[in-house]
Amino acid sequence: MSLKGKAAAIGIGELKPLKEPGNATALGLMGKVAAEAIADAGLEKNDIDGFLVGMPFSDPGMIYPASAAEVFGLRPRMLNVVDIGGASPAGMIWRAAAAIDAGMCNAVLCVVADLNRAGDQRVPTVSVQREFEAPYGNIGANCGYAMIAHRHMFEFGTKAEQMAKVAVDQRANALNNPLATFNDKPLTISDVLSSRMIVDPLHLFEIVSPVSGGAAVIVASADVAKRAKHPPVWILGAGEYANHATITYAPSIVESPIKPAAEAAFKMAGLAPKDMDFVCPYDCYTITVIVTLEDAGFCKKGQGGKFVEEHDLTWKGDFPCNTHGGQLSFGQPGLAGGMSHVTEAIRQLMGRGGKRQVKDAHLGYVNGNGGIMSEQVSLVLERRS
Amino acid sequence: MSDYIKPLPKPSPTSLPFWEAARRHELKLQYCEACKAFIYYPRDRCPTCFSDSLEWRPVSGRGKVYSYTVVRRASSRSFADGPYVLAIVQLDEGPRMTTNIAAPPEQVRVDMPVAVYFDDVAPGHTLVKFKPA
Repeated sequence: MSLKGKAAAIGIGELKPLKEPGNATALGLMGKVAAEAIADAGLEKNDIDGFLVGMPFSDPGMIYPASAAEVFGLRPRMLNVVDIGGASPAGMIWRAAAAIDAGMCNAVLCVVADLNRAGDQRVPTVSVQREFEAPYGNIGANCGYAMIAHRHMFEFGTKAEQMAKVAVDQRANALNNPLATFNDKPLTISDVLSSRMIVDPLHLFEIVSPVSGGAAVIVASADVAKRAKHPPVWILGAGEYANHATITYAPSIVESPIKPAAEAAFKMAGLAPKDMDFVCPYDCYTITVIVTLEDAGFCKKGQGGKFVEEHDLTWKGDFPCNTHGGQLSFGQPGLAGGMSHVTEAIRQLMGRGGKRQVKDAHLGYVNGNGGIMSEQVSLVLERRS
Repeated sequence: MSDYIKPLPKPSPTSLPFWEAARRHELKLQYCEACKAFIYYPRDRCPTCFSDSLEWRPVSGRGKVYSYTVVRRASSRSFADGPYVLAIVQLDEGPRMTTNIAAPPEQVRVDMPVAVYFDDVAPGHTLVKFKPA
């Protein structure tokens, strides 16, 4: 049993994130990117018979998938909310492939969109987090990643300059992405390190900016993929794993659940990290990329800082990484931030990378990361030559 | 009424003995007889062996800073009253706890030894915090 080569991503839709949402609604943005993705795939809305959706923080509710499907006039044979934080979009891709492989449906719309609402509106948390985290101010994601970074620096000697380089190289990529929020000027390591300290040791430019937006991907059976407008991008491997929700209770805060997720994905694909032509690791913070590259097997544990220092992470470099700019430069439109890694990998493999196209891109690695290094989904994607 | 505006724990039937002990300025954790190990936060069953045979026992209140951050810009308005040190403390008995360190931020280091203290933040509410040992 394996999902290898059983389904392909055939269409994408993605909005340039909005700094101010104006009159936009989450459902409105979802519909927009869904229509774009369906057209991009060369399909009609009635071809869509599977529906995976992320619940927007700005308009949540129970019985969400049927409600959203009703708004869009979809009649899915498979529908669900995927609720694994930033890993939800990558998690949708293999779930769609699994549903297709199981014969439940043929063309799945995977869609996420959200609005950035300022103020004290908070995502509801589970009782244990309200009881044992919030009273001490362990609120939001910044704190957990800052504690990961401090421990990583302590155990492995990782340097602030090395973390900053992730943001710098990804910004160089964003300069060639018209959809990125921050694509107007380059960043330097000194820009990053002189930006405001938010949560020691993380500076402002090492932290994603919340914006509004949305993205969608169509995953289809081999049969449907024959009708696709663009070269299908096949799902070769997938792996998922979680071992904690709050970082305090993780077995280790510097060794993440990415390791088993990535191992499973590479094993299913019959490939190794060295076979990848580029990578799209979830990047809510600079430290996230360093830990991901270590745990996914691109370098040894503890060597992530040195690795990013010694490699050129730009689209034309020796280790293309988040060629869309990553969320750090693209912006984080809620869950659609995590879809940006998926859409970029698909774009690169379809040969639609434009000015930032990675030469001879046939194999790409994507990692989706939820919560504080909690839920992990690794994907290996391929364009067949 | 207290003017304390930060979130306060609402004990569950499972966690009530932990918070009651804290109000008496005692640190008590659950101990799993089968695993011979302490557990934090309180649960109905041991997350390792899934046994429900757990016993409340006092612990030393000593440990080390496993990691920490200085929150200079808080994600919640209730913590906007200035930088605070958020930390994960690993107790000598093994479990890790989310907590605060009462020390000037520049003095806090990973691996620094710390000892528990009890912060009576509001009537009937005591939080478990640490200070340099």
